[in-house]
Amino acid sequence: MAEVLVLVEATRDFTVKKVTLELLTLARQIGSPAAVVFGASGAAAAMSEKLGEYGAEKIYTGEGDEIDGHLVSPKATALASLVTRVQPAAVLLPSTQEGKEIAGRLAVKLDNGLLTDVVELTADGVATQPAFAGQVIVKSKVSRGIPLATVRPNSIAPTPAAATPQVEALEVSLGAADTLAKVVDRVVEQKGSRPELTEASVVVSGGRGVGSGDNFKLVEELADLLGGAVGASRAAVDSGFYPHQFQVGQTGKTVSPQLYIALGISGAIQHRAGMQTSKTIVAVNKDAEAPIFELADYGVVGDLFKVVPQAAEEIRKRK
Amino acid sequence: MNIVVLVKQVPDSGSERGLAGDNTVERQSANNVINEMDEYAIEEALRIQAAEGGEVTILTMGPERAAESIRKALSMGPDKAVHVIDDALHGSCALSTSKVLAAALGTLNPDLVIAGAESTDGRVQVMPHMIAERLGIAALTGARKLTVDGGTLTIERQTEEGYEVVTAATPAVVSVWDTINEPRYPSFKGIMAAKKKPVQTLALADLGIEAGEVGFAGASSEVVEHAKRPPRQGGQKVADDGNGGAALVEFLSSEKFV
Ligand SMILES: Cc1cc2nc3c(=O)[nH]c(=O)nc-3n(C[C@H](O)[C@H](O)[C@H](O)COP(=O)(O)OP(=O)(O)OC[C@H]3O[C@@H](n4cnc5c(N)ncnc54)[C@H](O)[C@@H]3O)c2cc1C
Ligand SMILES: Cc1cc2nc3c(=O)[nH]c(=O)nc-3n(C[C@H](O)[C@H](O)[C@H](O)COP(=O)(O)OP(=O)(O)OC[C@H]3O[C@@H](n4cnc5c(N)ncnc54)[C@H](O)[C@@H]3O)c2cc1C
Repeated sequence: MAEVLVLVEATRDFTVKKVTLELLTLARQIGSPAAVVFGASGAAAAMSEKLGEYGAEKIYTGEGDEIDGHLVSPKATALASLVTRVQPAAVLLPSTQEGKEIAGRLAVKLDNGLLTDVVELTADGVATQPAFAGQVIVKSKVSRGIPLATVRPNSIAPTPAAATPQVEALEVSLGAADTLAKVVDRVVEQKGSRPELTEASVVVSGGRGVGSGDNFKLVEELADLLGGAVGASRAAVDSGFYPHQFQVGQTGKTVSPQLYIALGISGAIQHRAGMQTSKTIVAVNKDAEAPIFELADYGVVGDLFKVVPQAAEEIRKRK
Repeated sequence: MNIVVLVKQVPDSGSERGLAGDNTVERQSANNVINEMDEYAIEEALRIQAAEGGEVTILTMGPERAAESIRKALSMGPDKAVHVIDDALHGSCALSTSKVLAAALGTLNPDLVIAGAESTDGRVQVMPHMIAERLGIAALTGARKLTVDGGTLTIERQTEEGYEVVTAATPAVVSVWDTINEPRYPSFKGIMAAKKKPVQTLALADLGIEAGEVGFAGASSEVVEHAKRPPRQGGQKVADDGNGGAALVEFLSSEKFV
């Protein structure tokens, strides 16, 4: 069975991200999953157990400063030579900033078509992509080369299927153009115990109605009680209530959790663009006419400063 | 420093958008605007120009009506524009688009190319790296801050956990998020001046690209079909009578979230 290459996405401390497990699960339906690890030295050793648990038959690894210390390009070069060598049935990458960027360079190097933001991929290469904020569903396929797709986090339920991966260190020969963009520092700003926004199965978001950065504690509290991530509308971000990397919407993150709770968010079309494929949507808003209620499975018309603390208290009671 | 800003015309993300019968973006009926992120790219270019001198050129690949967006972009202050326009481009995939933009950039020889981090229609987020790959120059992407120090560029690249500081020498492509600056509004004077600014049009033949390499004919991926998704239906809506929070938890519990 031909290999399906899966680009591994992980945190800096080598925790495999959930989207990687989704990709391995998807890869098993197409061929033999082979995980590709790029990172600081020790990356593959730290993650091989987890990758094997989700079916990786093989792990290719490219580690060290050259690959890790330059933006995107060395990874694309290493991946391109691997593709040329093993002739995989497909290449799957996470539909994240870096995943898409690597895929873009790979597409140019191999002159191979690229599909981004894929949520489903059949064994014969037909992809499903939501377009325009999920208003339109597109079926597409690569017409030049092999299926090369970036897959959106939270699209596939990851299921384990134990394998014992064979680890192979890649010999990477980089060109001068691969080391032009040098990463000179990495700064961690936010790192709590909360799940990552695009991967979380519960997201609690606050909007302008939350009123201040301080009041976002209320949003965080509810998120923590539900084991979820915190998001924000653009109005909340622009007002300085919450940092930009948590913005949900057209110009922020696209999330697709099991449960999305919108607090003090009106539901503008650009906000909906980032959350309307969520499975269950709940809204709290004091304006009964707020458009967010048009898509909420459950809505409470009321003051969030009363409703949210009461809900938090009630959850605590039930725990 | 000679700067080229990549500007794409897109259908307004604030209205209903869709695909036409041939599976391409419905632009005929849409209210078409400058891709929002590209306004930040223009602003950043103008700020660098104010400090470093040089010229700012807008580069757009798009149909005839993209000319409106080019004028709008010029009204913010750039010096001139290049519009790549050719009927054969209809239906182009990202790979072909990058080939055309890279070829056009080749004729302009910029020190710095600034793009939006992504477009609001395709949201493919690959153009800056595809172009850099083709030109063999550096790409510094996802910037929330850009500093220019002679021929050295440094960005803060937004990541999930914080940011990375990434640096490269010119020539380079930089892509920006909307956190980087606050774009200016065109002044009346700017709008009047834009009418007289030069806009050069280029066809595929001017770039040495065959019609069959781009558009539907040269596409590396194809849309097989598309369908509108039925809109979500609103569910239960209750007014808070003093027990709204508890009722909410009751719902969450019935759905097994609590
Ligand atoms: C090109 C473009 C891209 C954009 N991208 C995004 C994006 O990525 N994400 C995004 O979110 N927006 C985006 N926007 C902005 C979007 O159009 C809206 O302006 C924004 O979503 C509004 O945020 P909001 O709902 O928090 O604020 P508002 O629209 O001001 O809504 C606040 C809501 O809070 C309610 N409220 C106030 N006080 C209370 C209270 N005490 N209790 C309960 N409810 C209360 C009000 O009734 C109101 O409905 C974009 C806009 C453009 C033009
Ligand atoms: C819903 C949808 C889904 C699509 N999916 C795919 C896909 O999976 N694979 C694929 O190959 N193509 C896809 N396309 C086509 C692709 O969007 C176009 O080829 C497009 O020209 C390039 O992608 P982008 O605008 O998304 O680029 P992005 O990489 O998101 O754009 C980033 C920046 O590049 C610059 N830029 C992009 N296009 C132009 C332009 N024409 N002129 C000037 N500057 C520009 C702008 O500065 C922009 O901010 C899709 C299009 C749509 C509408």
